[in-house]
Amino acid sequence: MNTALWPWAALVLLGAYHGINPGMGWLFAVARGMQEKNRGAVLSSLLPIAVGHEASIIMVVVAVSLTEAFLPPFFVRLLAALVLVSFGLYKLLRPRSHPAGFGMRIGPAGLVGWSFLMSSAHGAGLMLAPVLLGLPVYAAYHSLREISLQAVAAASLHVAAMLLVMGLVSVVVYEKVGVGVLRRGWFNLDLGWSLVLIASGAVTLFTAV
Amino acid sequence: MATTLLRPDQTFYPSPRLAAKAPVETLAYMVTFDPSRKKPDGLVTLDVDPGSKSFGKQVGRVDAPNVGDEFHHFGWNVCSSALCPYAAHPHLERRYLLVPGLRSSRIYVFDIKPDPKQPKLVHTIEAQEIAERAGYSRPHTIHCGPDGIYVSALGAPDGNGPGGIFVIDHDTFAVKGRWELDRGPQELAYDFWWHLGYDTAITSEWGTPNMVEGGVNPDLLLAGNYGHKLHIWDLPKRRHRQEIDLGAEQQMVLELRPAHDPSKAYGFVGVVVSLKDLSSSIWTWYLDGSTYKVEKVIEIPAEPANPDDLPPLLKGFKAVPPLVSDINLSLDDRWLYVSAWGTGEFLQFDVSDPFKPKKTGSVHLGGIVRKAPHPKSGPLNGGPQMVELSRDGKRAYLTNSLYASWDEQFYPDGIKSWATSIHAKPEGGLSLDEGFFSTFEQRTHQVHLQGGDASSDSYCYS
Repeated sequence: MNTALWPWAALVLLGAYHGINPGMGWLFAVARGMQEKNRGAVLSSLLPIAVGHEASIIMVVVAVSLTEAFLPPFFVRLLAALVLVSFGLYKLLRPRSHPAGFGMRIGPAGLVGWSFLMSSAHGAGLMLAPVLLGLPVYAAYHSLREISLQAVAAASLHVAAMLLVMGLVSVVVYEKVGVGVLRRGWFNLDLGWSLVLIASGAVTLFTAV
Repeated sequence: MATTLLRPDQTFYPSPRLAAKAPVETLAYMVTFDPSRKKPDGLVTLDVDPGSKSFGKQVGRVDAPNVGDEFHHFGWNVCSSALCPYAAHPHLERRYLLVPGLRSSRIYVFDIKPDPKQPKLVHTIEAQEIAERAGYSRPHTIHCGPDGIYVSALGAPDGNGPGGIFVIDHDTFAVKGRWELDRGPQELAYDFWWHLGYDTAITSEWGTPNMVEGGVNPDLLLAGNYGHKLHIWDLPKRRHRQEIDLGAEQQMVLELRPAHDPSKAYGFVGVVVSLKDLSSSIWTWYLDGSTYKVEKVIEIPAEPANPDDLPPLLKGFKAVPPLVSDINLSLDDRWLYVSAWGTGEFLQFDVSDPFKPKKTGSVHLGGIVRKAPHPKSGPLNGGPQMVELSRDGKRAYLTNSLYASWDEQFYPDGIKSWATSIHAKPEGGLSLDEGFFSTFEQRTHQVHLQGGDASSDSYCYS
């Protein structure tokens, strides 16, 4: 694949992966629809969930950009690798940490907050760090402004892919398939998720040396 | 941490509608206790597969490592609420039973996975840990919540109030602490459950340990001092929202059975005795705008009796109170089952309209005066008390002891313990199961069914 294209493709794929994961949001949208007995409640839940996810991603993007502005690339990669591996190990030991104090009747603002905490607690943004570091502007540093623009574009592309997949899955489950599918199709990704984080760290470290 | 490798635990169902189609249970777990506190209490496994040679018989038993615990209610580490979207952990396994000692305040954790017929003790939460971390004592009801294991407690370690709820971590079984951030005027505790779809918890009232452990105190009872209120709470914010007083003459507001469908905000609660006429009653609570209200929907009258047939506590009243203790609601929210422990009657009501229940069935077993027999027994004592319902709603499992120090006050001959099953017809009506009637040396109390039942799970999808 064209070297300039792969990070963008990876961002879209990771967006689809986050979108299809029930724990990241679509299931909450379906539950709200069933509670209100109304498809509108499904659809109106999607945007707040995406906004929370985007905020969590941007937090990482900004952190990467800032680090990139002040540290040589080698140290950025070393730092990213350390954070990824330790976070992956943490998720291996405590896979079920979930935010407290939420319930079924949180409003749109509550959904944004829940999605932000859920995405952050699972390291959804961290998972993108190696891809971000592969973007051309990061490979050869120009200016903070240029990096930020490209970083926000990257995060938005990721979230757009997530929103699309999340929207499709939630409407299909709400209208056609039903929540019974959870019993068959909700695979245990905890172990895989931790291993992906650790592997990303290893790859980042390897490319840094 | 015990997790499934790939799919969610297959005993979890997103909705009560799907859970009602679960496979039929073949094993039941029942706790038994020694009222003399000399021998260890036990967790007994019953074979409830009608096709099996040992149907209705004990096929396993694990003893507590101590004596005097008084096993009473118990519950699972995790259940269908694990599929709730805001705190999902669908790959934890339903494999541990948490069994509190109501008198010792210990909580034993038994693992049923290696051998479902012979559970193994794997962990003990000591009374001291509960007292130090939560300030509570005498753990009672256990419900597996979306984000942890919730346990109600009758009071503080010194035996006074307040009683309340504490939370246990569902990964480590560590006591996380007291649940209430703001308890408002609530002081007495007993049962609790919730409307997950409305972020609302409900608690009921019995009495503090000092009010109940020496037996029912007639002075406290006639003064209306036992519990007579419901409390409504904000579940995620852990704050008291509303107190509902049923009136001081309504003594002991016990078992709470909210609609299983999370989109419905109503439920049923039983009151043991009215000081006015010794009747028992069932009340429906419901959400009206932004506040909850309550309405009496069933009244079960006391039955006149010859004082010679009555225990000293009741002679002066010349009547047997029905003493409704446990109630249970089918997963389709259509059938309400009521145990009248005093008169020895088990009743079924159609509650399709929760404000206008229709009586659809009744069987008699035991009773203070009636002593009604089962086809496989002579006259019985005790009466239908704890009731557990299968997920398909076709079978009810009954045991006959109430609480050690209260049993003798109503049944002075001592409770001879039994367990049996009752058949419920799909369009209403009850019949005895002639194949399942077993007696036990120790006193029998709560029953839970392998994989889940009508009081073990709660749901976030309708």
